[in-house]
Amino acid sequence: MGKKTGIPSLEAVDLHCVRGERKLFGALNFTLRGGELLRIGGPNGSGKTSLLRIACGLLEPTRGEVRWGGENIRRLQEEFWRRLVYVGHANAVKDDLTAAENLNVACSLTGIGAQPGRVGEALRRLGLAGCENLPARVLSQGQRRRTALARLALSDAMPLWILDEPFAALDPVAIDCVQHLIAEHVSRGAAVILTTHLEAQIAAATTLRIDLEAN
Amino acid sequence: MLVALRCVIHRDLLLAVRRSSDVLTVLLFFVIVVSLFPLGIGPDPALLRTIAPGVIWVAALLASMLALQRMFASDHADGTLEQMLLGATPLGMIVGAKVLAHWLVSGLPLVLISPALALQFDFPREFLGTLVLSLFLGTPVLSLIGAIGTALTLGLRGGGALLALLVLPLYVPVLIIGAGAAEAAVSGLGGQAQLLLLGALLVFAAAFAPWAAAVALRISME
Repeated sequence: MGKKTGIPSLEAVDLHCVRGERKLFGALNFTLRGGELLRIGGPNGSGKTSLLRIACGLLEPTRGEVRWGGENIRRLQEEFWRRLVYVGHANAVKDDLTAAENLNVACSLTGIGAQPGRVGEALRRLGLAGCENLPARVLSQGQRRRTALARLALSDAMPLWILDEPFAALDPVAIDCVQHLIAEHVSRGAAVILTTHLEAQIAAATTLRIDLEAN
Repeated sequence: MLVALRCVIHRDLLLAVRRSSDVLTVLLFFVIVVSLFPLGIGPDPALLRTIAPGVIWVAALLASMLALQRMFASDHADGTLEQMLLGATPLGMIVGAKVLAHWLVSGLPLVLISPALALQFDFPREFLGTLVLSLFLGTPVLSLIGAIGTALTLGLRGGGALLALLVLPLYVPVLIIGAGAAEAAVSGLGGQAQLLLLGALLVFAAAFAPWAAAVALRISME
């Protein structure tokens, strides 16, 4: 199914990452095409988040480069970011805004024009029915994570998702829902990168695995 | 793209309204500092009239520096800044929108209240316009220059002191020209030259500062 789409591939070429004095990983290569899921594993502190930050262009690799459709992402900049959804460790949820307002802001920053109706629908899909108009201050950690992830339900047109520990703080029902969203997206022919400690059950035609070593 | 900019401005204003104590702190600081001078210096009208533009300008400068640290701090802490860096809109424009929203809540109130404070100094009424106009043109320049400094010191320990060291030398020309406008008007020279210079500074800063701050943000987020 992945072959039919014209989604450019994400290519990591000879990536090295040194943070401070510590070498996190070196000589890392992978190619991710549309319709593929890349799972990055490894113990705490092995560089999973750094790898994701390099893959989305927040962090410059010590050596090597990441290419999107053959072009270095650090040259492509907005051209690449316009196609990317990144959900990091931090939820990017503001205490003083309601869940719906937070989702609206996140969508317009990512460049997804979200109609008001769809925002409510996305929140309900993540099990936040009734919380749409509550300030995020009163939401639990898991509910904030769900608010951050609700963006995925509106990002079906984005060809690349990069998710850092998407299942952290979520209950089994929500994990199931997010796994379903990811599987659906991959089957649509898009590419997804995620880190997780869970043995997540995501149905994907091709699952690549990178396991980083402790150092 | 415009949707994203409007959304950022709207969001920042909304946050300022819901957390109005932050805004009021800056305004109150400005009012208190300016009001203390006549009390400390004594009731000599001629002296007060002379120092009025300088005192108001220095207080406005300090107040705007007090507000600077908040410009990116909360977005940095909760991860929104990462989303802005990886957004579909060029970061320079997002920063421009944020600076505009920041000035609307921390700079514009100072401009609006300054005529009332100038009366405490018996500042001649016919020149109030020049004073207000100089602040109106000058305080956005302070916010724009400050954005670069805040972006550079983001997430540093002791960033506040470093920010002051970085930004103050760049503030000095704005202060000299800004306070000079009202003084020149009072002394009969007319403040047009200074106001035009301030306007030029504003245009220059508005064109370049957001992009410089955007580069600084990318460096501090690495």
